[in-house]
Amino acid sequence: MTIAPSEHAPAAAPAGRGTTDQTGRTRPGRRRLLTRTSVPYLLIMPAVLGFVIFKAYPIVASLWISLTTGNGAGRHFTGLDNYQRLLHDPLFWTALENTALILVVQVPLMLGLALLVALGLNSTKVWLRPLWRLGVFIPSLTGLVAAGVMFSVILNRDAGLLNWVLSLFGIDRVNWLGSPFWARVGVVLVITWHYTGYNAVIYLAGLQGIPQELYEAAKVDGAGPIRRFVSITLPQLRPILLLTVVLSTIGTLQLFDEPYVLTGGGPDNSTLTVTMYLYNNGFKYFDFGYASALAYALALIVAVLGLLQVRLMGERK
Amino acid sequence: MKRRSPLLTLLLAGAFGLCVGPFYWLAMAATQENSDVFSWPPKLLPGGHLMENLQGLQESIGLTRVLFNTVLVAGVQTAGAVVVSVLAGYAFAKFEFRGRNLFFVLLLSTLVLPDTVMLIPIFEMMMKLGLIDSYQSVILPGLVTPFGIFLMRQSLRSMPDELLDAARVDGAGELRVLWRIVIPVNRPVIAALALFVFLGGWNQFVWPLIALRSPDMYTLPVATATLQGLATTNYAQVLLAAAIAAIPVMALFLVLQRQFISGLLAGATKE
Repeated sequence: MTIAPSEHAPAAAPAGRGTTDQTGRTRPGRRRLLTRTSVPYLLIMPAVLGFVIFKAYPIVASLWISLTTGNGAGRHFTGLDNYQRLLHDPLFWTALENTALILVVQVPLMLGLALLVALGLNSTKVWLRPLWRLGVFIPSLTGLVAAGVMFSVILNRDAGLLNWVLSLFGIDRVNWLGSPFWARVGVVLVITWHYTGYNAVIYLAGLQGIPQELYEAAKVDGAGPIRRFVSITLPQLRPILLLTVVLSTIGTLQLFDEPYVLTGGGPDNSTLTVTMYLYNNGFKYFDFGYASALAYALALIVAVLGLLQVRLMGERK
Repeated sequence: MKRRSPLLTLLLAGAFGLCVGPFYWLAMAATQENSDVFSWPPKLLPGGHLMENLQGLQESIGLTRVLFNTVLVAGVQTAGAVVVSVLAGYAFAKFEFRGRNLFFVLLLSTLVLPDTVMLIPIFEMMMKLGLIDSYQSVILPGLVTPFGIFLMRQSLRSMPDELLDAARVDGAGELRVLWRIVIPVNRPVIAALALFVFLGGWNQFVWPLIALRSPDMYTLPVATATLQGLATTNYAQVLLAAAIAAIPVMALFLVLQRQFISGLLAGATKE
């Protein structure tokens, strides 16, 4: 930090926040560039630049591109044609249906499991709690490609680890990843494996923030464990539950890496997701207009679902 | 001391096993011969072909180069994102300025928009700048992380103003206050943020997949995915690549776990 002024430099000109106790310390004649008024702008400058170039501009440009056809110099405005096409594109609907199906099954399953794990981790009746907490968190550190590659072998029909474990219980080999139904189950399994612990740790923090007096008071009033869970734990966790529901929904709607690595969208497009279809259109067929329309359709769905969830769960704060 | 419940402990140990077990199998499979990866029952002990598989990876994807790329990309991204986040987080937390709230809300709202919305314009931008297939193309878009700025703001807000004002009264300039007080006091959160960004950079896939063209430039996840797509896939090697992608990150996490979890939770639960 060579720009830092020397010890002997006068204090910054008093500004903002009304720090008035500095009277007499500002000498005229030596005004610094870094005053309390200019500093915040300098501090946010890199963030603003990056935001404008890599967030704001792409968001607007993408909307414009979605209204055009052709690439580079040959691009021309075609209005809502891409959206029209989207509405009549069976593959888009397949992708949307797959994504929605995975969403509806996976998010409640994962968050329910996460809550159970968190309740367990929060219980003082458990030995070695830090170890279990660490263990369940570890999958969420793994990259999706590494996890995908790992599970593509674990889920192998003929010699995969999972089918072997199932065979120990006398269960026949399952054609994970090979049949449309089981491929979806496989994708759900892998995502659930990946993120349950992460959500559990978030819930655990929430549980630890609930004042113990509430439980003690309820006990005095004769409330049983289930009653206490429904009347105290769930309402107290509401904001965190909402957060995880919204984040998981956004994440699942953007599902790409796992099916890309696990199934490539197959078999028979049964695990093709909206983002994967977008990727195919944009970066395999270089149809940027159509891919952008898909992106905006997805953004719209994300926004609507998010708002809906906030509406349904966010009340009664 | 309360009663302990063996049943509950067993259940959690089971969850632990489900989460960690696959990694054990991965580590073992990465040391097998390719033909033994798919043996039934699975080989659950080390196989003694680790060196051979490493050599194979070196020949097929240029493992050292790919690792270098991955470390470089993730490292630079981390340094940049931390600097940007600390500076902006400090401004949002401790200064009043015009447009503060508006910009903050705009920034946060991009968290909700799918990243895919931005892919195509960023790709075109990089094409025009001639940056496709360069480190810059992968690094630059990751430098502004709304989550990081949010996290830093949350953390810096809880720092007492008196601490900063005291330094100012003593004649410290704003940069000195930042360097000498704000950063040291918040070192744990900054470390957590750095770890978080590094993880993201290390594991990122979609954008590098699009932005990188030559195998020389690939990062580990991209190289792993292309390797897996080959018809003559050597699965022992692919799994070794996955293990190399997963295991260092886990080790890093084990060392810094306390900071990491509390940092993440600060972002998730405050406000």
